[in-house]
Amino acid sequence: MATIEINGQKIEAEAGSMLIRAADAAGIYIPRFCYHDKLSIAANCRMCLVEVENAPKPLPACATPITDGMKVETQSEQARAAQKSTMEFLLINHPLDCPICDQGGECELQDLAVGYGKDISRFSEGKRVVFDKNIGSLISTDMTRCIQCTRCVRFGQEIAGIMELGMVNRGEHSEIMTFMGQAVCSEVSGNVIDLCPVGALTSKPFRFKARSWEMQNHDGVAVHDTVGSNTIVQTLRGEVLRVLPRNNEAINEEWLSDRDRFSYTANNSEQRLTTPMLKINGEWKETDWQTALDNVSSKLKKIVDEYGADSVGTLASPTSTLEEFSLLAKLMRGLGSQNMDYRLRQQDFRADGMMSAPLLGDSIASLEQAKAVLLIGSNIRKEQPLLATRLRKAAGNGGSISAINSTKFDFAFPLQANIAVSPSLLLATLARLAVIVAQKKQASINETVAELAETCDASKELEELAESLIEAGSDGQIIVGSMAQMDANYSLLVALAKIIGDITEVKTGRLEEGNAVAAWQASFLPFSVEDKSKTGKNTAEMLSPALKACLLFNIEPSLDCIAGKLAVDALRETGVVIHIGSYRNEEIEELAHIMLPLATATESDGTHVNCVGNNQSWKAAIHPKGDARPGWKIIRVLANYLDLEGFDYTTSESIRDEISRLTKASGSSDLSAPVQIEENMLACISHLSLYRVDPVTRHSQPLQQTLDNPPAAAGMHPDTLASMKIEDGNSIELVNGDGKIDISVYASASIPLNCVLLPTAMQETAALGNANWLEVKSSA
Amino acid sequence: MMNKAIFAIKSLFLIELWKGLAVTGRHLFQRKITVQYPEEKTPMSFRFRGLHALRRYPNGEERCIACKLCEAVCPALAIKIDSEAREDGSRRTTRYDIDLTKCIFCGFCEEACPVDAIVETREFEYFGESQGDLYYTKDMLLANGDRMEKSIASDRKQDAAYR
Repeated sequence: MATIEINGQKIEAEAGSMLIRAADAAGIYIPRFCYHDKLSIAANCRMCLVEVENAPKPLPACATPITDGMKVETQSEQARAAQKSTMEFLLINHPLDCPICDQGGECELQDLAVGYGKDISRFSEGKRVVFDKNIGSLISTDMTRCIQCTRCVRFGQEIAGIMELGMVNRGEHSEIMTFMGQAVCSEVSGNVIDLCPVGALTSKPFRFKARSWEMQNHDGVAVHDTVGSNTIVQTLRGEVLRVLPRNNEAINEEWLSDRDRFSYTANNSEQRLTTPMLKINGEWKETDWQTALDNVSSKLKKIVDEYGADSVGTLASPTSTLEEFSLLAKLMRGLGSQNMDYRLRQQDFRADGMMSAPLLGDSIASLEQAKAVLLIGSNIRKEQPLLATRLRKAAGNGGSISAINSTKFDFAFPLQANIAVSPSLLLATLARLAVIVAQKKQASINETVAELAETCDASKELEELAESLIEAGSDGQIIVGSMAQMDANYSLLVALAKIIGDITEVKTGRLEEGNAVAAWQASFLPFSVEDKSKTGKNTAEMLSPALKACLLFNIEPSLDCIAGKLAVDALRETGVVIHIGSYRNEEIEELAHIMLPLATATESDGTHVNCVGNNQSWKAAIHPKGDARPGWKIIRVLANYLDLEGFDYTTSESIRDEISRLTKASGSSDLSAPVQIEENMLACISHLSLYRVDPVTRHSQPLQQTLDNPPAAAGMHPDTLASMKIEDGNSIELVNGDGKIDISVYASASIPLNCVLLPTAMQETAALGNANWLEVKSSA
Repeated sequence: MMNKAIFAIKSLFLIELWKGLAVTGRHLFQRKITVQYPEEKTPMSFRFRGLHALRRYPNGEERCIACKLCEAVCPALAIKIDSEAREDGSRRTTRYDIDLTKCIFCGFCEEACPVDAIVETREFEYFGESQGDLYYTKDMLLANGDRMEKSIASDRKQDAAYR
């Protein structure tokens, strides 16, 4: 520790740390543009110049290390003069277009120009002009405004891990641009909008919509991933106009993923369902809530009386709130049915009684300190973007990160091993890893595991991976991701992960989409969370054979269910289909008999439970569109219509407080027989795009226009394509049972041999249904 | 004794009355100052703050750039603006409403405007038969501007010397 003096105030600070940090901690403000406490130090804006005793010239506070006895003046004549001249230089080329700039009112340059600028410019020569770049559907650019602080460049390099923005040329000709006019496609790119101290990078969907001072701020929580990022929802006259991150060091730091930032745009989708609708003789008629709910309750009662309660079930979106899950579960149990599930993209339910809640196993912040991380079936960058930024830091801290996937994904951090094997070999590879670990730790291993491991030979990669896991011990982390959840052998993958974790003492976590942990906390599951006994039907059982009545809670069956075709076929046969959702489309209009409009997350109160079990509640920021109502209110009133007891809630808090906290039960590691991939066919790897996960993101126009949402195409290894004599870019016919689609094909060496990487949750591939293996028919 | 005598003389000869009549008589023959409104009108300052108008540039492009400074500065909260990016990418209003029943004609909107788009004109002779008639929308304000551009422009020109 060193003692320094800033403006005569004695401050204790760590020797060697930067001056600006100590000043910030002591509440002394030093003006800055390029300095940001989450980014590296560039010291290129020169705004933070301060006078240091015995230094001949003013020094930049952001790049001056503290030494004992240092005497600093931030407001002395010399310091003020330096800051003023820096400001004058910065304003030389900055346009005076504040009135049309979206940053106006929240602009750091504008604020500091008031404090440190001259009232008149001495510069009468021409200002430089920099052409705007089109860098995608999320960020709009006004590059003439750029002051070259390079915060956006450093964010890409250091936090996001892909350097998409860079500075080219020198001196007055330097400008920020993407490589060869490419779009920015990072999943956390929106953060450069917040980082930009001027209006050079602003939000495209928000462009010219409102001023920062006229909007109301509401605290919110993002529901699209299991991180539960804290947000500020900004509204004006009953519309959500912008979503910003809210600082929470333990969860999202000060970042926000693009999915959470821009999904609000789906509030005003053209396909929004805004009034309760009844299908009468095949025609949709608008109606009022009373008639609609009367209709629902009488239909449900009739089905329960006629066929028994077990013929009724409900499928809910994993992004539903804790309150909605809880009331839906209570409603179904009140009717006498236990058929409820949110795991729409899971096909292997054999471990239902054995699995524990999808939790990480440790705090999010501690991921940064992990010594070894093993990702199993997870493209974590696109599944949980903000956890990936933590993993990137872990890699920077010397942690070794490895992945065992069925595709070589492009991770934004260096990997010790990036193993990609065909889905049929995924189990064997993991089993081999378990055997290696057991040998090294001299632990006994289950015979089934040894048997599974036979088809995979030990490799140097696996040996090294095993060693790093053993070395890390309790500082290690295994994460089973959402890609694994779509696998036919999910239960075994989880069990093997647990076995490896148990032997190496590494923490084992399982991550699912959205608000899945809340479903566990609310017991919205077809089995008991306490004693794990099976009580009702899971997603697969509810779809075959078809139920007599099905309640769809904010889902689009063919896109949200992995067995899309199966789901649609089953729902066609279901006597009563009630759709409670925010959107309508042709498919829902065909399948459903009643449609009830649901409020979106920003329009409703709710609670999100993230992957470390944090319960975070938020209040509605705006009134729901049209006649839509928050989910908890719809279910509560529906329960009243059904004459069920105990539904007299008046606030969302009273529902939340009734739910007990989740106990962290550990899963067991029983192994069942694996599902084998048939020979002579191609194994299908289902891949879920970041922006196709739930109805809200699918209806968000700006997100749909990003490069993360490319047109549907099937990926294959170039050698596989060559052996089948198919050319890159050709159209092929993929067949699975009676489902078949025509799709164009592309070659990618990151896909294992004899596999097809197929995007799921897309209209184009929905017809294939639950495909684990595919046949390729000749090119069309 | 003396006072009583003066009072008696004043009362007898109606002195005060004649004094009063002298004032009346003087004014009877002086130049008249009554303005016969509406046939006659008083002179008006070029800074007169009457009915609002939205101006255009000579090429017909509306001046307003939807910076919303007038909305922010308005002490009576009489202005309401919605904005968006127009097809050509420029920042424009989709709504510009002034509720004249709320407006206190302080002129702050005019002062705040960076492009001289919103101005208060010399026109004060307008009325509404119901409250809604005094809710001026963007089209009405632009029409005001088009109608009075000549006088608006000359007023701004005269005022420029003092700014």
